[in-house]
Amino acid sequence: MARLAEIRAAGLVRHASERAEEGVERSLPVTAALRPLLPGGSLRRGGTIAVASGSTSLLFALLAEASTAGSWCVAVGLPRLGLVAAAEAGMAVERFALVPHPGPEWAGVVAALLDGVDIVVTATPGGVPAQVASRLVARARQRGGVLVPVGQWPGADVTLEVASDEWHGLGQGRGRLRRREVEVVAQGRGAAARARRVSLWPPGAVGAPASDLSRDLGRSRVSGSPSTRLLRPRSTSIPSVA
Amino acid sequence: MLWCPDWPVIAAGITEGVRVHGPVAVLHANRVLACSPAARAEGVRRGLRKREAQGRCPHLVVVEHDPGRDARAFEPVVAAVEQLAPGVEVVRPGACALAARGPSSYYGGEAEAAERIVEHTALVCAVEVQAGIADGVFAAMLAARAGRIVPPGGTPAFLAGMDIATLDRPELADLLRRLGVRTLADFATLPAGDVMARFGFDAAYAHRLAAGDDERPLAVRKPPPDCAVTAEYDPPLERVDMAAFAARALAERLHERLAGHGLAATRLGIEAHTAAGEELHRVWRHDGLLTAADLADRVRWQLDGWLTGSAYLSRSQARGSGRVSALTGRLPARPTAGIDRLRLIPDGVVRHAGMQAGLWGETGVADERAHRALVRVQGLLGPDSVFTAVLGGGRGYADRVRLVPWGDERSPSRPGGDERSPGKAGQPPWPGRLPAPAPATVLTEPTPIVVRTADGAPLAIDARLAMTGIPASVTVGREPPVEVTAWGGPWPAEERWWAPAEASRLVRLQLCLADATALLVAFSDGQWTVEAIYD
Repeated sequence: MARLAEIRAAGLVRHASERAEEGVERSLPVTAALRPLLPGGSLRRGGTIAVASGSTSLLFALLAEASTAGSWCVAVGLPRLGLVAAAEAGMAVERFALVPHPGPEWAGVVAALLDGVDIVVTATPGGVPAQVASRLVARARQRGGVLVPVGQWPGADVTLEVASDEWHGLGQGRGRLRRREVEVVAQGRGAAARARRVSLWPPGAVGAPASDLSRDLGRSRVSGSPSTRLLRPRSTSIPSVA
Repeated sequence: MLWCPDWPVIAAGITEGVRVHGPVAVLHANRVLACSPAARAEGVRRGLRKREAQGRCPHLVVVEHDPGRDARAFEPVVAAVEQLAPGVEVVRPGACALAARGPSSYYGGEAEAAERIVEHTALVCAVEVQAGIADGVFAAMLAARAGRIVPPGGTPAFLAGMDIATLDRPELADLLRRLGVRTLADFATLPAGDVMARFGFDAAYAHRLAAGDDERPLAVRKPPPDCAVTAEYDPPLERVDMAAFAARALAERLHERLAGHGLAATRLGIEAHTAAGEELHRVWRHDGLLTAADLADRVRWQLDGWLTGSAYLSRSQARGSGRVSALTGRLPARPTAGIDRLRLIPDGVVRHAGMQAGLWGETGVADERAHRALVRVQGLLGPDSVFTAVLGGGRGYADRVRLVPWGDERSPSRPGGDERSPGKAGQPPWPGRLPAPAPATVLTEPTPIVVRTADGAPLAIDARLAMTGIPASVTVGREPPVEVTAWGGPWPAEERWWAPAEASRLVRLQLCLADATALLVAFSDGQWTVEAIYD
């Protein structure tokens, strides 16, 4: 049984429903560190994966792999995205469209985008009525898009949230922000009802299952390469100034 | 031959609104290339260094040389000449040649024809040209400079007294002068075979020019086919839906006409004339070729914008989007009457024999679907609503991103955005830019904050980057202060100090707060602001 869980965690076993159909991939790839959190270990087409607000790097980490693989993404109502960080996280900015100010018609805009764009990230202005939410979720399911609301979303398959967040590399007046360790908690419905945690080192997300899953397997937490990097003395390099 | 004196100066006056009656100099590689008569009167000469020229004439207006600008500005002049006489060769921007025989017999004499053409260009494009007629392009150029009409067969005599430097071959002229050959007549009397043997092919050609023996036929410019379409509307178009319908029909006509010539447009000029006599003009750029539907969309958006007021425009201006730069002419305000004439002018026309889909999915099905969805949203919200980002150079994170409306050309606002090849030739290095990782949230309007030292005094940084203390707490608005756990910096950025209107001086700090947030804050003019959040 433990062996089966291990295989499943490695993404080798898939549900029958994830089988490719009509030559279109039913799911989009996602970075290895986040796989244990998502149902099926990928961004399933037609799914809704909410990301709590205030964790933009987690959003980029979630989209990066699919974006690199050629998927189109669009962000609706998020004028403050740091696109340089998105590019650093591995997103293809030329396939990342932005609708910063959708206006009062945002639900219609999101619905129109779900028709053609693979991943639609949307802000949730002032709480989304359940009716609108269910309509958009249904639209995503019908059209095979992935809906990624940023903030609270009633009826999301999974909600990803940053539980703890630690920056490394900055001291008292020396060094600079270099590495960051983020613990991500996923909570959802159905198969994902039990909260799962992973730790993530964005950008270039490297990590391993941190909590219940790895404990089930009787393994200790696998430390990523960044921690060894941190053992080196922190240099006080500052950007050169002309 | 028609020649516009000091063309680079006049071109700068036409396209950039430089006052050409004052002293103006056009510089190339820090040397004066051309100057206005007023500057010449003050002693500015061709070939002077910028500093010397400014020394002789302190109120000299200096313009950088731009061959593209010269050529663009010359186009209407050539078109005006072509209205009177076909078969014009553009020798270089500012000079064009045409065969004199046709026009002179039509207008009843060479002098009359020249006068007619000079008058017409002055009338149509308000440009003063000088005309000269001689046998051959070289002699005609000299004739135009002198403003003379050389009778047929008189060219060798006309050239005889000219200085050897007029050949425009400085090395050869220098050499010949040292050999005692000072005028074109002296040079022309040398045996052709000896000139060829001693000085080479180019000198042999120059020798023939000096003898007034210029056989080269004109390489006549072929005017581009006129593909602009015009439609008149009676009654005038007052409502957006009427305009949209008209736009579709007109756009299809334009596309058909272009396709008939095997051409496609990359830019589209839209010109509307209202019943009250107002003229509105705007050019749309496009990344790739415009299809019939693209053309129709752009015309519809434009008319929509014009007829419902300039709401989109003022909004996009407020956001500082690149769209406004695409505008030519004045900003269209809401017209006072309906549109009674509409004209579509294809621009940037390229040869095109049908759009080819990508073989290995470059323009694949998914791209096509995404494109359609994004265009649809543009239809819902207006053209300046859907963007993609282009990363460029810059120090601040907001400066490095340029949002390009969907469908426009993707070019960065500043070069040097490629992180992977910092040392690439021609890529500025942007020293002082913060290294990766970049903040994931960049505030569109910097939020003011208060940074205090441990003793509660506001933290300040002086011009020598000395800090009055160590940042200890941060207060945003009326919220309780948050303790600073770690900080880094200060990193100064003093940008564009040479342009007072755009100059900015600021110092950046990275702060880690007790509530586990990391901020990028900037200090400028005694005020701290949050620029970005590392979340």
